[in-house]
Amino acid sequence: MSDDKVTIEVDGKTIQARKGQMLIEATDAIGAYVPRFCYHDKLSVAANCRMCLVEVEKVSKPLPACATPVTDGMKVFTKSAKAISAQKATMEFLLINHPLDCPICDQGGECELQDLAMGFGRDVSRYQERKRVVKDKDIGPLVSTDMTRCIHCTRCVRFGEEITGHPELGTTERGENMKIGTYIEKSIDHELSANIIDLCPVGALNNKPYRYSARAWEMVQRESVSAHDCVGSNLYAHVLRGTVKRIVPRPNEAINETWISDRDRYSYEGVYSSDRLLTPRVRRAGKWQDISWEDALQELAEKIQSVRADRFGILASAGATVEESRLLAQIAEHVGTANVDHRLRQQDFSDQDADALFPWLGCEIADIERCDAIFVAGSSLRKEAPILAHRVRKAALAGARIAFANPENDRYFFDVAVDLNGARLVELLAGVAVAASSGKSLPKAVSRICKGVSASGEQASVASMLRDSNNGLVLIGNLAIHDEAFSAVRALAAAIAELTGCRFGIVSEGPNAAGAHLAGLLPHRSMGGTPRTTAGKNAAEMIEASLDALLLFGIEPDLDLGVPDAVSRLSSTGFVAALTAYDSETFRQAADLLLPIGTFAETSGTFVNCEGRWQSFSGIANPVGESRPGWKVLRVLGNLLDIDGFEYLSSEDVRDELLAALGSYKPDNRYGNTRELPAPAKSNGAADVPMYAVDPVVRRATALQLTPEARRSARIGQRR
Amino acid sequence: MSKIRSLLKTFSLWELWQGLSVTLRNFFRPSVTIQYPEEKTPQSPRFRGLHALRRYPNGEERCIACKLCEAVCPALAITIESDVGDDGTRRTTRYDIDLFKCIYCGFCEEACPVDAIVETRIHEYHMEKPGENIMTKDKLLAIGDKFDAMIAADKAADAKYR
Repeated sequence: MSDDKVTIEVDGKTIQARKGQMLIEATDAIGAYVPRFCYHDKLSVAANCRMCLVEVEKVSKPLPACATPVTDGMKVFTKSAKAISAQKATMEFLLINHPLDCPICDQGGECELQDLAMGFGRDVSRYQERKRVVKDKDIGPLVSTDMTRCIHCTRCVRFGEEITGHPELGTTERGENMKIGTYIEKSIDHELSANIIDLCPVGALNNKPYRYSARAWEMVQRESVSAHDCVGSNLYAHVLRGTVKRIVPRPNEAINETWISDRDRYSYEGVYSSDRLLTPRVRRAGKWQDISWEDALQELAEKIQSVRADRFGILASAGATVEESRLLAQIAEHVGTANVDHRLRQQDFSDQDADALFPWLGCEIADIERCDAIFVAGSSLRKEAPILAHRVRKAALAGARIAFANPENDRYFFDVAVDLNGARLVELLAGVAVAASSGKSLPKAVSRICKGVSASGEQASVASMLRDSNNGLVLIGNLAIHDEAFSAVRALAAAIAELTGCRFGIVSEGPNAAGAHLAGLLPHRSMGGTPRTTAGKNAAEMIEASLDALLLFGIEPDLDLGVPDAVSRLSSTGFVAALTAYDSETFRQAADLLLPIGTFAETSGTFVNCEGRWQSFSGIANPVGESRPGWKVLRVLGNLLDIDGFEYLSSEDVRDELLAALGSYKPDNRYGNTRELPAPAKSNGAADVPMYAVDPVVRRATALQLTPEARRSARIGQRR
Repeated sequence: MSKIRSLLKTFSLWELWQGLSVTLRNFFRPSVTIQYPEEKTPQSPRFRGLHALRRYPNGEERCIACKLCEAVCPALAITIESDVGDDGTRRTTRYDIDLFKCIYCGFCEEACPVDAIVETRIHEYHMEKPGENIMTKDKLLAIGDKFDAMIAADKAADAKYR
């Protein structure tokens, strides 16, 4: 599309528009509203609703604004008698078959058809003939259907074809008999599918778990940030009387555009799971009993003070906010222990001194789609960070060549240049590194790993693809981080990036791995990446060491820890206090004291996403039971431990203090190690963490657990 | 002169007789006093008294939990919670009207698309304990069941003016 400008006149106002732009974009830019149903700025033009008809001078018939390119000297009237009568006529046709069930429709109050019917509809229907009734389809646990309401705008169909690349919905028949459906009875099964709910301008596709539980006008809209992946998608929570009723996307072109993953949309159900821990509980003589907050915190503080500092440890999940991470690190520093960690599923810590300041994506999220070659190693990207996978797909559609190296090949809905498969990630990458080094010498760190390795044709083509790119990106993800030979994998990926002149990025785990690194929630580094004099025990060592006292923050012992027999090991640990939102049998086996903390919905805080962006949010819902925001619990615990400066009144105080202490810092992924890494003794890949089991909240989101994806991974889990 | 007139009026009890003459006149007029509660004034079919929730003749609740009454209520007296009912339809799980907040404006009745919430002609009720002012769904449905004939007759009488 050329950048030449043309001058057009809209409702008597002269404006400049880009040549080839559609009229509706030009009118939207100056705020001259043209009604529409099928047009959406992220989707292709369909021009099938005919609602956006406008009058154009010297054209006998009204023209659809969404499908009429601007031409120089065009005179457009959006509100002339001719335009309005065309729009009213269209509305009358649209309403012919639309049922009058607004009172029971969940879209009522936020329905585009309802709004425009107020402006362009007739008071009384003139239509006397038969009305169309369409059978509802069952398309899975996430999206409810009322297909009689459909006005055939085909936004959902175009979403499947253009955004996800996985066309799940389509149209059959034509004219009045046209229907939207899945062709054969099946569930929608893509991690972004539920966005069709927001796209649907009427109530045909709606949020199934939310069904009939609230009305649009009675809910309060609060801003939040996704707590399930490293993207940090911006969210709006719709809250009724302190209870989250649904989550919808908050548009942010730099991060999630207008989409969110299904995981972000439906995880709120886990907040209201029946197994929430409602009060602090303590084990006394083998029996669990409720206890007051004061007594519980007092007991915990006394316990922490009574054990030897190096026999005390803190394990937090990467779902802890920056503030919580910082307070935990401060508590550990006050006690005098370096046994703090958040890298729960990591197995190989041998090269941790070469860690970057924080695991960084290597570029901004929006930059991914501008790359011309991307190599994703050790990451089931669609499951780990669906929004990043969508950006990668956008890059592919724009002509970028994409390669993967994974233990199992996922389905990607674009042309994958090379898909390397094999259980051993090290071997896959070593070949690529060797191929990439042709003519150059390998970096010292990987020279021993690559010794005697020869590149296969596929590995060589990955290397040449990256070498030929101007704007290449090498990404490693959670599978790599959890790999038994993570050090070697990372060194190899960094070497490949260095040899081919590409950027190197890490798709980190959880919503706040970057924040936890910056806050100093690491055994070998304190705040801002300052090395500790003596490194403490890492996550795996802490569990195996059977310490005298261990504090767990937001962790489910059986599911969040990389150590397979963590529950039995924890039960042999002297004293385990768990700050958790949930109560379960494994907690009662593993822990001695349970303190109820709020989930992401009930706490304020900050997440630092994989591109290093600090995103603060406030609590969106009332706390469940006696649970309290994690940072408040830690603040009081700090007071009981007599830590200086623990006078924070809000999570913002903690954040601002940390920000001031960090000063200005630059994300940098350059691999710092020049020491030769040994060839890894063990190099088996890690088991994939199922998409809908990444954290305690998601695991309890009922609708997500009923999806085909969750059922598939449960089957795989059983086989293992 | 005026002093003498005033003196005469005072001593002849003129104003007393004047007042008594009103009494005497009314003594022979027909009485308008109603012996409440034995006797009652006539009521309009539009009288807005105690609320009721109606059912269809087959026993199905009319209310579809659209929450328009809750939205229109100027006194915020109505609280509704809704969910998917047993038969998959939209149903209330809670329908409370706080009679202390209600100003009996009848907007709820006007807003209702299915004639579920109505204000009956019942105006004689009282509360003895705190909390009795909250009309729950069960109470409202019970009133609707009990006075169904009256409500239906009132609706029919008013229908031609709508």
